[in-house]
Amino acid sequence: MLIRYLSQIGKYFLMIREVFKKPTKWSAMRVLIFKEIDDLIIGSLGIVAFISFFVGGVVSIQTALNLTNPLIPKYLIGFATRQSVILEFAPTFISIIMAGKMGSFITSSIGSMRVTEQIDALEVMGVNSLNYLVFPKLIALLLYPFVIGISMFLGILGGWMAGVYGGFTSSDEFIQGLQTEFIPFHIAYAFIKTILFALLLATIPSFHGYYMKGGALEVGKASTVAFVWTSVAIILTNYILTQLLLSK
Amino acid sequence: MITIKDIEKSFGDSKVLKGISTVFETGKTNLIIGQSGSGKTVLLKSLLGIHTPDKGTISFDGRIYSELKDDERRELRTEIGMVFQGGALFDSMTVEENVGFPLKMFTNKSEAEIKDRVNFVINRVQLVNANLKKPSEISGGMQKRVAIARAIVNNPKYLFCDEPNSGLDPKTAIVIDNLIQEITAEYDITTVINTHDMNSVMEIGEKIIFLKEGILAWEGSKKDIFKTDNEAIIDFVYSSNLFKKIRKAQNKEE
Repeated sequence: MLIRYLSQIGKYFLMIREVFKKPTKWSAMRVLIFKEIDDLIIGSLGIVAFISFFVGGVVSIQTALNLTNPLIPKYLIGFATRQSVILEFAPTFISIIMAGKMGSFITSSIGSMRVTEQIDALEVMGVNSLNYLVFPKLIALLLYPFVIGISMFLGILGGWMAGVYGGFTSSDEFIQGLQTEFIPFHIAYAFIKTILFALLLATIPSFHGYYMKGGALEVGKASTVAFVWTSVAIILTNYILTQLLLSK
Repeated sequence: MITIKDIEKSFGDSKVLKGISTVFETGKTNLIIGQSGSGKTVLLKSLLGIHTPDKGTISFDGRIYSELKDDERRELRTEIGMVFQGGALFDSMTVEENVGFPLKMFTNKSEAEIKDRVNFVINRVQLVNANLKKPSEISGGMQKRVAIARAIVNNPKYLFCDEPNSGLDPKTAIVIDNLIQEITAEYDITTVINTHDMNSVMEIGEKIIFLKEGILAWEGSKKDIFKTDNEAIIDFVYSSNLFKKIRKAQNKEE
């Protein structure tokens, strides 16, 4: 079992090396990159905006409802919303949701190409299929931090609207909370995580799609497995980075 | 011309190809036939470089594949056209884009030149009003024509077809067979077809090799099939009642 996992991990890193070998002609690659930006980044904005706005609102309401002690200042609602959204919700939990959305899209699209011999067709023509299929996704996902930036903004906006219009706090108090003990490095920490998560989001589902065997049923199974392993990798990377970057 | 010498290939303990040697001639339709599991697909994939043989050599007009450097192999692959069993057309592209794909990837032709060449080969395979359609919007027979058009668009020296008639009705199958044979002669290419369709064998089998359990059990042309006394090929060919009747009739005539 352990040997199998180790061999899969080795195969994953060999795949990443292959992705950068024998590049596809730039005129074709440029078109592929724009297509992936459209599919993976633009196509995710709607769901990210929706989830971020409402989860930000829920964080704000939950914090307000738990502040039962009148001595605790109301501005903590803004403070807690900011910390939750910037440090964990936007970078980590949106990435796990994206492991489901983007990840299953990537695995199933590459897996379908494997099943229908389209990948063999690329190889027979002399195209480096890994570079052709995975490299544009990697480049497209360099824009992923912008998605997370939007998620942070909308999460806090949702928190502000829920807090203020729900009558839990005033706008001034919420904004005071947002500014309290603000550490700019937390933003850097969040974006460092995001970049690493983007690499995982592009490569792990690609790996499971590219090396899948079988038919249509196996494409579905590969998507599920890819989601599980991408989530595990995101959670572990999150833990390691938090330990490395935030602990003193 | 493709020359194969003593090719062997195993997967684990199972030896799939057991020392196959033959020559696939230029300007002819060369057919690989045999029952399922006889090693046809493994042989074809070895020719394509998808499988690496354990032993033996494959040479393309004197160029031994295993001795070529990476860039020489890449160059050789641009000389190969392949028609996959299911077509293997790119779902996200239109017919026109599918056919033009090898030109976009491997040539420095302008958009106008690519369009001209694409339209030429699309006409050559007699595809009508399909340029802007996606593969899912056209019939199986049309998909095969698109696959053939894509395979020949870059003027290949070698054309490989894996079960080009699978899933087609007999009439369309004959049209596809004839199209492949015409293109082979017209462009003087070495065509290798993997099939178990006896109609194709009788229609376009200029050179036939018969594999049985990984061994080359017989080779000859479609005419030789009727004269041979090789039991393995007789068993295979005349497993169909239709061909049994044809053989009986021919024997009576003689």
